[in-house]
Amino acid sequence: MAWFNREKKGIVTPTEMKREAPDGLWYKCPECKTVTLSKTHADNAYCCPNCNYHTKVGSLHYFSLLFDNDEFTELDADMISGDPLEFKDTKAYPDRIKATIIKTGLKDALRSAHGLVGGHKMVIACMDFEFIGGSMGSVVGEKLARAIDYGRINRAPVLVIARSGGARMMEAGYSLMQMAKTSAKLALLDKAGVPYISLLTDPTTGGVTASFAMLGDFNLAEPKSLIGFAGPRVIRETIGKDLPEGFQSAEFLLEHGFVDFIVPRQELKDKLVSLVSMLGF
Amino acid sequence: MEPADQPEKKPAKRKAKTAKTAAEAKPKAEKAKPDAESIASKALLIEQLPAPSPLHTDIASPPAPMLLEFEKPIAALEARINEMRALVSEEDEMFKQLEERLKSLKKETFARLTPWQRVQVSRHPDRPYTLDYIQTICDEFIELHGDRNVGDDKAMIGGLGRIGDQSIMFVGQQKGRNTKQRQYRNFGMANPEGYRKALRLMKTAEKFGVPIVCLIDTPGAFPGLEAEERGQGEAIARNLREMFMLTVPVICIVIGEGASGGALGIGIGDRVLMLENTWYSVISPESCSSILWRSWDYKELAAEALKLTAKDMLKAGLVDDIIKEPLGGAHTDPVAMAKKLKKVILDQVAELSLLSVDDRISQRIDKFSAMGVVVE
Repeated sequence: MAWFNREKKGIVTPTEMKREAPDGLWYKCPECKTVTLSKTHADNAYCCPNCNYHTKVGSLHYFSLLFDNDEFTELDADMISGDPLEFKDTKAYPDRIKATIIKTGLKDALRSAHGLVGGHKMVIACMDFEFIGGSMGSVVGEKLARAIDYGRINRAPVLVIARSGGARMMEAGYSLMQMAKTSAKLALLDKAGVPYISLLTDPTTGGVTASFAMLGDFNLAEPKSLIGFAGPRVIRETIGKDLPEGFQSAEFLLEHGFVDFIVPRQELKDKLVSLVSMLGF
Repeated sequence: MEPADQPEKKPAKRKAKTAKTAAEAKPKAEKAKPDAESIASKALLIEQLPAPSPLHTDIASPPAPMLLEFEKPIAALEARINEMRALVSEEDEMFKQLEERLKSLKKETFARLTPWQRVQVSRHPDRPYTLDYIQTICDEFIELHGDRNVGDDKAMIGGLGRIGDQSIMFVGQQKGRNTKQRQYRNFGMANPEGYRKALRLMKTAEKFGVPIVCLIDTPGAFPGLEAEERGQGEAIARNLREMFMLTVPVICIVIGEGASGGALGIGIGDRVLMLENTWYSVISPESCSSILWRSWDYKELAAEALKLTAKDMLKAGLVDDIIKEPLGGAHTDPVAMAKKLKKVILDQVAELSLLSVDDRISQRIDKFSAMGVVVE
């Protein structure tokens, strides 16, 4: 069988000669490694058809999944971050922002829009994890505040989809106060009696958990999402022990009473519609 | 982690204040239970602080009073003056000169503190803590315990106090002064029940029209296993939302460390004030350094970048005012500091009481809603 063997071992094609397979045709699940057509994956609400792993998608995908016919009006689409503190770590903050805008095509870590969901008026604000870990700085806080105000004034239920590492360090004190600001707006929404639904997705931690994400009239979570205040690494270091299996998962939160129910993404829209219509919205 | 220090020593002399608390009447309880520490602190801390005593702890050399690097030249000069005091009259020209020099040295040193050095002052082991202030400020104080749910968080204290004819509901994180106390107080890191206890007390205050004062001093909310199980995030979040709607005046004062959500969890007020040598930010300089620079060695840089000092926070419009500390920091004269705090609290309560409930709430909401810098 000598004719069948490679003459040289390993891959011999130089890097510059390598040809990329066209992007986006196939989707490989990071959990079960099953390869499916991207189209199949998208039709399954961006979940793996084999193991139902919920891919960490962003605002673009959620808007198209939820708004009827993918029609919506975006709010504050052009708002971008300032650099109030002239923050510089290994990179100056404005440079980091610029680079991330170019890389992701997003303006910041949250987009908000209003439109119809199953025929019901709704405001949806959705975080984008690709933008500096979905961190909350002034832009996220301000857009969210305005989206909540829009919902209150127009009596449209507000859905916030959280996916974030927490507050954005590069805006330090300002980031911290976004927790206060969003909570203030939710207090007003609460008083006005307009429903607020919080969907917690993988991951939701830090200042986001400790503010708007936990304040829903209804807290929903996607299966197996990591949700917590402190990150698992920090907790492990604090207690000096390994964490139990499933700690800080959506199921763990459901068990401890902080989530109303877990909703697979394929059923999200139906559940939302049921909820708001039962409340008369 | 926190350095180990000496076991607690009993204060050499405990001047009995007027017998206000039951526990003071039976000092034996102090030996038996750690609870007594909160009561003991009354007699212990304020009186013992100004003069260095064996009670003080030092990381490097246990018997000496704790000195930060930049405090050392000041202490050396002070020691020289004290030596001279025994030898020459206070009218002596040279003596006077030296005292002048001491004053200007203190002034210069403290005017030029770097942000990191201020963080160090804010954590100074001799710095007055929440109960120290409350005990000094109030003519009467009744501590209230428990969240009516799972327990009583020792890292978050609260109770009703009276200053003259003014009743105040105090809430605040409490740190410990030696190893035992620190553990008992969980280093000032509250669990969810601490935040729920704080909210319960604030709601009680609201019910009876009593103004609220929150004293903030925490390295953060506790990042532990049980804290997560009991919903640390939810507890803080709820406080943020509920505090906006409190009908009584709320004054929040950062008296030491103001670390992130753990501080903000009792930090929504009509007035948010900072003592001069405190810090308030979204993360501690150490953690910021470890995340952004991937090393613990950049804490000085991180402290600078975070703009976490009282001055910077005021400039950014994120706090309302700064309360000046005695020259050399609050720990050099805790009684003077407490007196100042008392005046500020009474003035602010009087000022805020002039507003209608609706105005107060809407101003509170508007103030926080205006925070942030965006480009449109």
